Amino acid sequence: MGKLNVNLCGIELDNPIIPASGTFGFGYEFAELYDINCLGTFSFKGTTRQPRFGNPTPRIAECTAGMINAVGLQNPGVEQVIAEELPKLQKVFHKPVMANVSGFCVSDYAETCAMLDNQPQVGWLEVNVSCPNVHGGGMSFGVDPDAAAEVVRAVKAVTSKPVIVKLSPNVTDIVAIAKACEDAGADGISLINTLLGMRIDLRTRKPVIANKMGGFSGPAVFPVAVRMVYQVAHAVNIPVVGMGGVSSAEDVIEMMLAGATAVEIGTMNLIDPFACKKIIDDLPRVMEQYNISSLSDIIKGVG
Amino acid sequence: MKQCIYHIESNEPLTGTVYQMRLSGDTSAFSKPGQFLNIALDGLFLRRPISVCDYDERGVTILYKVVGKGTAQMAAMLPGQSLDVLTGLGNGYDIEKCGSGALLLGGGVGVPPLYGLCKALIKSGRQVRVVLGFNTKDEVFYEAQFRALGADVTVATADGSYGVKGFVTDALPQSYDYFFACGPEPMLKAVCKATKTSGQLSFEERMGCGFGACMGCSCKTLTGYKRICKEGPVLEKEEIRWES
Repeated sequence: MGKLNVNLCGIELDNPIIPASGTFGFGYEFAELYDINCLGTFSFKGTTRQPRFGNPTPRIAECTAGMINAVGLQNPGVEQVIAEELPKLQKVFHKPVMANVSGFCVSDYAETCAMLDNQPQVGWLEVNVSCPNVHGGGMSFGVDPDAAAEVVRAVKAVTSKPVIVKLSPNVTDIVAIAKACEDAGADGISLINTLLGMRIDLRTRKPVIANKMGGFSGPAVFPVAVRMVYQVAHAVNIPVVGMGGVSSAEDVIEMMLAGATAVEIGTMNLIDPFACKKIIDDLPRVMEQYNISSLSDIIKGVG
Repeated sequence: MKQCIYHIESNEPLTGTVYQMRLSGDTSAFSKPGQFLNIALDGLFLRRPISVCDYDERGVTILYKVVGKGTAQMAAMLPGQSLDVLTGLGNGYDIEKCGSGALLLGGGVGVPPLYGLCKALIKSGRQVRVVLGFNTKDEVFYEAQFRALGADVTVATADGSYGVKGFVTDALPQSYDYFFACGPEPMLKAVCKATKTSGQLSFEERMGCGFGACMGCSCKTLTGYKRICKEGPVLEKEEIRWES
């Protein structure tokens, strides 16, 4: 049987499959269905310094081969995540977990990451820079190389855990932002976050989503994600975690050929709660079909 | 929650737009009336959450209104076809909180989950009064089915073409100990205002996953944030926070 293990920023994963933040909660809903220890790891629900309710509903709109969400980072805040969610998580998941962190100013990121740095089960910090910077006119940190780099430096200063920066695809030059993060000390890059999208209800002539716009994800975005993973992986010397519309073992291999060391699976978890388990079970067969003996050999293997 | 393959046994219209579908399959994940299932449909990305009207050890009955592409696809399905469904979703109604006499208030396509609830309440020895509200006579369904369970049934139509003229709140009985409701949000709001007792109300929201993972259907309540799909769809009257 082929080898599925990969090394992500110094931590060995049994396989490269990682449920993406915001689609897997803190794991319990899925742990009711299957043993989630079969996963490489998972990225838990985006956590902020303060608790957040998020946006008004409707937060969800269906699209062809995908969906738009505008949840708005609903989460109980880092203190409650540490006090309540992580102890519960420990009971059902026994591997290092990826902590996904968001913030609305640089000190938010640093404070949240400093608190999570003390948590032994946290393996990596995945820092989402797609949020608006309240001190920067509301523009997302992730659209400006300098702002993104500032977040990375602030976070790196407070943690010894590997820092993976999760990038927004809604930018003109993804490579410039990825490089700025690498130069600022990032240990890895993950991409792509959702693409900004919108749907309009023909009957009401109003946006379907209360927040008007939201993040578009699902199989429809896969080619965009492969392209961006390819561009970034060929421009930086740190590991890249690929995500965006991945829905099969074949997609995982394609993403790895483009340059991904590990692969996050997001939206598919919502319509098929067994999606990640099925992909992990399917990988050996698909590897054999394409003469792959070890997944780590194919990273950035596109010719 | 359990993922199951259900087989369609029958799929018939009850009115011009409301259909009754009987599905056979594993119902072990259901534990209460008022829970729902989430149906995957060909070519549509998100599953369709539909409340369970009734279930037994062999299968479930759902009643759905054709309002868009997904429900139109369901209406065209034939016996023998199968569906991929997530079952046993949501909290459902808690009948233990109700005394000896229950009032059930259903509006339009909010009526279905009250049928299974009515059955459970009657089985537990409680007296049940049901008020069903519809827009017009042609949209009325399940009146006879509730009567057959032994409930005292009143129908209200907004245009007065059948039964009491007006909304369910215009047909409330004089006395009742506790109520259960399901219907469109304006109706639920009116029910909360018009009722004097405690009760439970089932809400609707656009959902992503339907099992608590995406936070797409969250609402604020006086007892904290709740996911309509997981801690709901049934909320207690006292905890509801009306936005306006």
